[in-house]
Amino acid sequence: MKIHEYQGKALLARHGVVTPQGEAVSSAAEAGAVARRLGARVVVKAQIHAGGRGKGGGVKLVETAEDAARIADEMLGMTLVTAQTGPGGQRVSRLLVEEGLDIASELYLGLLIDRAAQRPLMMASAAGGMEIEQVAAQTPELIHKVHLDPGVGLAAFQARRLAYAVGLTGPVAGKAAALMQSVATVFHAVDASLIEINPLVVTGAGDVLALDAKVTLDDNALFRHPVLGELRDLAEEEELEVEASQHGLNYIRLDGTIGCMVNGAGLAMATMDIIKLSGGEPANFLDVGGGASAEQIRNALRILLSDTKVRAVLINIFGGILRCDVLADGVIAAVTELGVRVPVVIRMEGTNVDAGRRMLRDSGLNFTTADSMGEAAQLVVELAATSKGPP
Amino acid sequence: MAVLIDRETRLVVQGLTGREGSFHARQAAEYGTTVVGGVTPGKGGSTHEGVPVFNTVESAVRETGANASVIFVPPAVAADAVMEAADAGVALIVCITEGIPTLDMMQALQFLEGRDSRLIGPNCPGLISAGQAKVGIIPGHICREGRVGIVSKSGTLTYEAIHQLTLLGLGQTTCIGIGGDPLIGTSFIDTLRLFEQDAATEAIVLIGEIGGTAEEDAAAFIRDHVRKPVVGFIAGQTAPPGRRMGHAGAIISGGQGTAAEKMAALSAAGVRVVQSPSDIGTAVAAAIAPDAA
Repeated sequence: MKIHEYQGKALLARHGVVTPQGEAVSSAAEAGAVARRLGARVVVKAQIHAGGRGKGGGVKLVETAEDAARIADEMLGMTLVTAQTGPGGQRVSRLLVEEGLDIASELYLGLLIDRAAQRPLMMASAAGGMEIEQVAAQTPELIHKVHLDPGVGLAAFQARRLAYAVGLTGPVAGKAAALMQSVATVFHAVDASLIEINPLVVTGAGDVLALDAKVTLDDNALFRHPVLGELRDLAEEEELEVEASQHGLNYIRLDGTIGCMVNGAGLAMATMDIIKLSGGEPANFLDVGGGASAEQIRNALRILLSDTKVRAVLINIFGGILRCDVLADGVIAAVTELGVRVPVVIRMEGTNVDAGRRMLRDSGLNFTTADSMGEAAQLVVELAATSKGPP
Repeated sequence: MAVLIDRETRLVVQGLTGREGSFHARQAAEYGTTVVGGVTPGKGGSTHEGVPVFNTVESAVRETGANASVIFVPPAVAADAVMEAADAGVALIVCITEGIPTLDMMQALQFLEGRDSRLIGPNCPGLISAGQAKVGIIPGHICREGRVGIVSKSGTLTYEAIHQLTLLGLGQTTCIGIGGDPLIGTSFIDTLRLFEQDAATEAIVLIGEIGGTAEEDAAAFIRDHVRKPVVGFIAGQTAPPGRRMGHAGAIISGGQGTAAEKMAALSAAGVRVVQSPSDIGTAVAAAIAPDAA
């Protein structure tokens, strides 16, 4: 689960990471008031989950409280398009107003799980403020790494090593090392899967602060952090995807015309692949999971059909835990109840497949059935091309 | 012949008395697996699905001689279940549970270091040795004793591959779902090594997914150590970028974890990579020399 910069900074600050003075606001008047309280020079930052905000015009440095209010008025309600939002952009409804700092240097600090090493990995670089993947591609020697021991966390000597490696010295290195250890503490305390501070800044006075914060929490661990669960911002997520997740479905909306309903993430991805190979475009990724009920099948079909671009539907189920007769029951009920007008191609295999096929045949509804994935993809692509879609 | 599980497997089910545990214990026994007991704390001394229930894995192993365990407990307690099985000396631990916190899994994997247990999963369908034993949730009736080993990150996509091989009469030796989580106990490489050594396995199917670098690592291993034909498929060739992994995740790998990169790495290592998931079976048939009979 992604959270906003201001929320991430609050989590970091609670564990001793120094962050700039500032406050989240949702009106121009509030922005002006916060700027006045902080003193003259402030930064106004749009709070959306996607990165690349600076280049997209979502981060502005202003010299007076009046300017802060004026910029806030411009930003609030605007649709910010960045390299990471996609062409549709993201609506800005909250801003972070922070003190402007006297920045002497910018560093990068990141902490994430290294799958191969099966350990958290802290990365630091003197090349802060830039896109870190660009640094990794062009000057990998500028990225310094240490693995955390699951029992120990980030040891003090490891933090010092990183601080010296990125070129810090004296008391500044000490402050940076302490900050790194605090970040490691937060990582464990909140079950984070990623904490990225880019840039981590050193001020002219020698202070070390987290100027930005990107914190991603492990969805699987939210059950033990109910308070953190409340940080979820549904406005940042696709409406249908939120609804799907409430029904235990994993749905991702795409741009094509063929709605897909599949059980299992791997088979769902493979189904999208074969649709594309057959000349079509998938409208979505939809995994109904291993043990879907008739009710979930109904919800899944309703959600994927509420995308009006859908011209045909492909249902591809390999029944293991999910039995084909349960699937057929759910599909028949859903198609009848929803009054589905687009062609539906069904390919199912596995447990109780004969009963499932019989039920579909006897339903009197107009299903097209296929024996293999390849055949199903061919059929649905042809049908989507000739179907006009719902009236 | 087969790998990891066979007729000698003596299976204990952690979470036997739950809905999933009961159902799949019954399915495993019907397939011919020797299910020797179950573990549900607080229900020790009772009998469920015709086998004794124990409070601890340690007592289950002591009383029944179990050498394999399958875990169907909820995600909040699953990492603990893995550690309990390892502590009891169970040689093969298969964790089906989905949704385990990453830091819990990290701890459990560290606990396993230096112990003799092998963990498969978590968040996996388990494994099946066709005609001999099954540990997990792969449907038995789609398998047929045969000549091909399958290793996969996916669940239902594995069933698809099994089905194609069965229809073509090639059958399977052992099919292993290693799971798609970021942290897993058994890698592609571990299973490739086993299949390479297994006399009955004539060809190997490897099914990967986008993300991480496990497929690239597997490719390097295949190039140097696998002589048997390998057929590969990578799911997610058309997945939209940006929806799959965090920014910094790509950095450790030094790449993007895209399907194209994985397919190129596997092809370069001599793997027959198929673009379409429906071509897995026929590619294996082409790779295996026709029977002299």
